[in-house]
Amino acid sequence: MSQDMSSFAGTDRYEIVVGLEVHAQMRTQSKIFCGCPTRFGAAANTQICPVCAAFPGVLPVLNREVVNMAIKTGLAIHGQVRLLSEFSRKNYFYPDLPAGYQISQYELPIVEHGHLLITPTADLPPKRIGITRIHIEVDAGKSMHEGIQGASWVDLNRTGTPLMEIVSEPDLRSALEAGEYLKKLRAIVRYLGVCDGNMEEGSFRCDANVSVRLRGESRLGTRCELKNLNSIRNVMRAIDYEAVRQIDLIESGERVIQESRLWNADLNSSRSMRGKEDAHDYRYFPEPDLPPLRISAARIESVAASMPELPDAKATRLQTEYQLSEYDAGVLTASQALADYFEAVARYTAELGHPNPKMAANWVIGELGGRLNKDNLEIQQSPISVQQLGKLVAMIQQGVISGKIAKEIFETLFTDGGDPQHIVEQKGLQQVTDSAAIEEAVEQVLATYPEDVAQYRAGKGKVLGFLVGQIMKATQGKANPALVNQLLRAKLDKRL
Amino acid sequence: MDLSHISLTDAAELLRSRSLSAVELTRHFLNRIETTDPTLNAFITVDAAGALAAAEAADLRLAQGQATPLTGIPLAIKDLFCTQGLRTTCASKMLQHFVPPYESTVTRRLKAAGAVVLGKTNMDEFAMGSSNETSFFGPVRNPWDHDRTPGGSSGGSAAATAAGLCLAAIGTDTGGSIRQPAALTGTTGLKPTYGRVSRYGMIAFASSLDQAGPMTRSVADAATLLQAMAGHDPLDSTSIDAPVPDYQSGLTTSMRGMRIGIPAEYFADGLADSVRRGVEQAMETFRSLGAQCLSLSLPSTAYAIPTYYIIAPAEASSNLARYDGIRFGHRCADPQDLQEMYARSRSEGFGAEVKRRIMLGTYVLSSGYYDAYYRKAQKVRRLIADDFQSAFTQVDLLLTPTTPETAFRIGEKNSDPVQMYLSDIFTINVNLAGLPGLSLPCGFDENNLPVGVQLIGRPLQEATLLAAGHAFQQVTDWHLRRPS
Amino acid sequence: MSIDAQTVKHVATLARLQASPTEVEAYAEQLSRILTLMETLNSLPTEGVMPMSHAVDIPIPERDDVVCHTDQREALLACAADTDQGHFRVPKIIE
Repeated sequence: MSQDMSSFAGTDRYEIVVGLEVHAQMRTQSKIFCGCPTRFGAAANTQICPVCAAFPGVLPVLNREVVNMAIKTGLAIHGQVRLLSEFSRKNYFYPDLPAGYQISQYELPIVEHGHLLITPTADLPPKRIGITRIHIEVDAGKSMHEGIQGASWVDLNRTGTPLMEIVSEPDLRSALEAGEYLKKLRAIVRYLGVCDGNMEEGSFRCDANVSVRLRGESRLGTRCELKNLNSIRNVMRAIDYEAVRQIDLIESGERVIQESRLWNADLNSSRSMRGKEDAHDYRYFPEPDLPPLRISAARIESVAASMPELPDAKATRLQTEYQLSEYDAGVLTASQALADYFEAVARYTAELGHPNPKMAANWVIGELGGRLNKDNLEIQQSPISVQQLGKLVAMIQQGVISGKIAKEIFETLFTDGGDPQHIVEQKGLQQVTDSAAIEEAVEQVLATYPEDVAQYRAGKGKVLGFLVGQIMKATQGKANPALVNQLLRAKLDKRL
Repeated sequence: MDLSHISLTDAAELLRSRSLSAVELTRHFLNRIETTDPTLNAFITVDAAGALAAAEAADLRLAQGQATPLTGIPLAIKDLFCTQGLRTTCASKMLQHFVPPYESTVTRRLKAAGAVVLGKTNMDEFAMGSSNETSFFGPVRNPWDHDRTPGGSSGGSAAATAAGLCLAAIGTDTGGSIRQPAALTGTTGLKPTYGRVSRYGMIAFASSLDQAGPMTRSVADAATLLQAMAGHDPLDSTSIDAPVPDYQSGLTTSMRGMRIGIPAEYFADGLADSVRRGVEQAMETFRSLGAQCLSLSLPSTAYAIPTYYIIAPAEASSNLARYDGIRFGHRCADPQDLQEMYARSRSEGFGAEVKRRIMLGTYVLSSGYYDAYYRKAQKVRRLIADDFQSAFTQVDLLLTPTTPETAFRIGEKNSDPVQMYLSDIFTINVNLAGLPGLSLPCGFDENNLPVGVQLIGRPLQEATLLAAGHAFQQVTDWHLRRPS
Repeated sequence: MSIDAQTVKHVATLARLQASPTEVEAYAEQLSRILTLMETLNSLPTEGVMPMSHAVDIPIPERDDVVCHTDQREALLACAADTDQGHFRVPKIIE
């Protein structure tokens, strides 16, 4: 089956409809209903107690921080925090679910009616994606099968870790939009410090409900739920794959069957989980061990007051405070650490007396971003410090070095470290601003390329770029480009 | 002096004055259990070694003058309170070998006060039953007539208390499981307000109804035990954070001017004549003590049984899902696959009544039936609670029979679950509304079987119930009668 | 209300209980009778009544986010029928 949507005949007659369910593990110290730690990676079953392992007679006691984190997230997605919500039991049997029910929220979730704005393409206005609800629930344990002869193992360390389930409306219309939504949501939970957003390790998990319909059709098509999507890239690939699969079915006169499908990233395909799951009937009912959760307006206000600046607000501020483009501000605020890094660089160049925030943004996004990406590093792991990059940018702004030289220094800084100023001095990379020296180089180049000089004089202005390039080459890139331009023009025009 | 039937207060006095040691007192009851219990079957597990060790520690404490009213007092504990290191079975094959690595709050508090745990008492399996016949360990016999049941589900605690196998016992009450066996054995049983006593470590039957309470031979004893049991517990989110009054000093509150409501619905057809007589006599006694008896109506009374038998099994079906053969409890031999492990472990581990209630609870919660049964029942529950609330604007207490009849014969009702369920008719409303209820012995029928009267109070007004019960027991001697 | 054998089997599957043909029949008969008793509720109007899920109306307590834990693995695993290298062992789970 083709994975390229555009190559599929008739595809553009269809519209893809996607809704996402995200399970975000909350970054509390202790579990949601007991004092066991939530730390990852401990030896099996060493972080359990009678409560989270659901021994007879024990009872849950709610972690306050879980409620606060859910309120924060609710406010960040412009949702309504319910003043009265309740916990419910979702009943099903599975070895990693020790109580035989998951404490969750059903009829009265803590947050409802939220939304996010996403900007899938720079040339279109932001799109509003509805968020139906956020509810609090407990995570299950883990079962292991591989390499165990005739049995499975159950490790309950993860059981009882608090989760938020964030359910979007079916407002997403492409894999790209789904990807942007997830990036935005992940940025928000990371800004808030409520979840580390790590999809590979499973602290930020996503199921996608995908359906297709003919454009103009108002009813939703039959949807399939895609599971096991452990990266944003996989979410996007799986949605595209599923859309093609469903269109293919419809085009060949078959029906889409509502089912859960398991994505296999290695095979780049999904398979039906039908027959593997029970006829689900979760028999939700209000959790009798936990009274209703009442949240006062005062509490919501105090949580709101403790919230950090969020991506959208930060992006707006960066645009006004540093005159950045909407696009640059958007890229920088995708991660709080990146935005912080940028602001520190911009501030440092100002401290050095040579501010240029726009140039700082270009370096952070372009050179540094690209280089980190190449080495698969996060901004927090950048080998180049704020001071190093700040000095580099300031030196460009000051005219001490050219952008081209700066890129060389940047590479040195990235691989070997050092002080940019020392490197410039040691290697003699200061920009040549001595007109006599540049004039000499200009004369030389004019003498070497008489034909080009003639062409310029005949009115072919674009030859100028070539001549500038040759002069820069002759000065090993150190000549001040503005000065080169000025002197070259003067010489060419004078001889006329 | 007959140690077997002395009051907690007298026993505590003997211990404090050192005219009797805790070890002697404990040995006395261990001996009683050894000779009498093979007939009654009130105990599932007797912990002689643990009891004697606790008694020795109590003696030390008594010698140091650091005793509480419970120090050295031998108690029997219903076998659904988790006791660390001591088998806790819930009278089920499922937990036949379960030794909890943790302690229930109730037993922890009692032990901290110096009480001696003699052992764990028999009960209906997972507290589901009204006759003690659903126990995996066999039925308990009523000390007043060995062919009859002591009631249930706290039948072992009731029988042990009535027969003098302990000084007092602890039971639990989900739909009458303390009060009904108390009535049927001539003992005093108190179900406190929901949330007054912690449920932590008490194996759940129906979480929104379960409540632990004392089963004693007098109201004064019940007050002493409740004092140690009651109070807020941070481990139970449904535990009420309210001060615990001094129940002992409240006992002497006068009945003069007390308004007692008599709900007409509790005296309808089907009430045995002997029970009616006993309860009417009790009314007379309260009048003679200066109380005023007023007729009133609790119109939703008739709906209590169906409401209860939707809500309690629904919660139970979920509470009992954790018995899956994986972490504790019975696991079937050689399961071929996971589903077989679940189904066989559970089917082998649970008895018939437990399975019936799991089936019923699963059904009423299942897709398509939730609104018709569960939500409807929750709404009726509200109406039942509202009935009581409005009654308590007119009166301070309600007085009703505890049970429609006296102790029935073993085997008499267990072929028909509906008949069995109807025997809870006067007690379950109290659980649905979360109120405190007290059953007191108030007479005997023609077969010399005890009759119980029930007092129902406002939320957290246990002190009022105890004062009324104590006043009643000051002028009657029903509670002092013993089975031969 | 009467429950048929098929419903009984479905409920038994949901509850992870076995039900032999005799048991299915017995359950169907008993549950039908119990449910008939429950239908008396239908005669009581409850429109607008708020469902009651808790016996008393108290606020949910919330505890501080503090780790309070000792390793209890051995004590807890000791209660299980089948364990292996620190894990609870179950028949192979087929994904």
